[in-house]
Amino acid sequence: MATVRPSAASSWANDMIIPELSRSMLKNSLVLGLFAIFTVGGVTLLQQLTAERIQASERAAQLRALNQILPKDSYDNQLLDSSVEVQDPLLGTRQAMPAYIARKNGQPSAVILQAIAPDGYSGAIHLLIGVQADGRIAGVRVVAHRETPGLGDKIELAKSPWIRSFENRSLNNPEASGWAVKKDRGEFDQFAGATITPRAVVGAVHRALQYFEAHKQELLATDTAPIAAEAALENEVEPDEVTTHSRAGAAATRDTLRINDPQTEQDRGQ
Amino acid sequence: MSNPSYRELSINGLWKNNPALVQLLGLCPLLGVSNSAVNALGLGLATALVLICSNVGVSLVRGVVNTAVRLPAFVMIIAALTTCIELLMQAYTYELYQILGIFIPLITTNCVILGRADGFAAKHNPLIAGFDGLLMGLGFALVLVALGGLRELVGTGAVFANMQLLFGPIAADWQLTLISDYKGFLLAILPPGAFIVLGLLIALKNRIDEHFTERARATQPDAPVQSRRVRVTGVIE
Repeated sequence: MATVRPSAASSWANDMIIPELSRSMLKNSLVLGLFAIFTVGGVTLLQQLTAERIQASERAAQLRALNQILPKDSYDNQLLDSSVEVQDPLLGTRQAMPAYIARKNGQPSAVILQAIAPDGYSGAIHLLIGVQADGRIAGVRVVAHRETPGLGDKIELAKSPWIRSFENRSLNNPEASGWAVKKDRGEFDQFAGATITPRAVVGAVHRALQYFEAHKQELLATDTAPIAAEAALENEVEPDEVTTHSRAGAAATRDTLRINDPQTEQDRGQ
Repeated sequence: MSNPSYRELSINGLWKNNPALVQLLGLCPLLGVSNSAVNALGLGLATALVLICSNVGVSLVRGVVNTAVRLPAFVMIIAALTTCIELLMQAYTYELYQILGIFIPLITTNCVILGRADGFAAKHNPLIAGFDGLLMGLGFALVLVALGGLRELVGTGAVFANMQLLFGPIAADWQLTLISDYKGFLLAILPPGAFIVLGLLIALKNRIDEHFTERARATQPDAPVQSRRVRVTGVIE
């Protein structure tokens, strides 16, 4: 008597055919999809809101690290914005890293290099090395390392003043043979129970100085007025040092250095 | 399920069912960052915050999500909250963020959080769930700080060094040097020290519990004899 329209009937039939399982799957995936949209949306919103602040914090942290090496009054330019990308086996860096050029009254006064000592006891040690235009070290700081707490971590200024022993040293002070820890007949102290770590740092600093000596002109003359270039020339004391002069330099020319040195590892265990 | 009282929740979170000392959940970050009080406090607060928010969030959606997909949905909430906390720490406590590193995103996988979400928050109203998150988070953070403080003290002879990472410049001189001219005890700072100190803390807690049970029994001599076995793994309620 009552005739059901064909289309309605078929859709009703379809509803019956869809098994319970796939219907709940559909519903569940919709719910999960909604969750994904809301959670990702929330995170994105917060990321937008904090992006500026995060960038500012990052820059502040970088600048604090740089200011530990170069006091604020020793330069008057925007240190973070005045950098050149450098890469060299002597620095141990695998990719180009910014070197920060400090200027005072328009003249380059110092360069802060980033270097990596690949031969730490537990892997690479990341260093910031400040070199003044005349080749003296302004300061060295360890940025990141995984050395043993209590032994190798004395390279941090917070743990020991050892890292300050580099200040005012230069490529010829001490002589190339003195750029080593005392155990290797050099001039720098090692720590009780840890020789490998300071050896790696001393080597990296020495190589960075060699790099600075070889590239002094390009570093100090980058994107500058003629005055700065002249200043760089004035500061140049002697021709470039040959890079493979010392043991450390020779080692640096091999790309990676190996850590194992059975004797000193036992030494550390004591 | 009947709602537990706030008092009951507090005792559970802080002592009786403490996530770190009794449930033994979330030990990876607990052992990983507890080498100093400031690291421990930073991660403890971050975890507590995620725990509170995730408990409230999960409780709010408990009627919407059915049992089949509840875990992925909860994990999504927890992961989003953790990412938010990570962004905020990056913005406001950048150096601490760098020190804690991988352990902040790993809060997502902390079993305490998913455990409370699925075991408690999904069955209670947002207020109670949030309160439970607060107390469970506090319980976790307190153990973390105790562990960090003890390891720092035994390892270096001082506690609360570098608190400025968390509280800004005013905290620069909060360091308490209890033993000056201390040679340092390396084992406490290295990872094995975390296991040893945590073991001692658990033993201390069990000893205190035992002490109180014995006292309770002494005052009621005719109480029925109970099993004296010390429970180290709790049930998630």
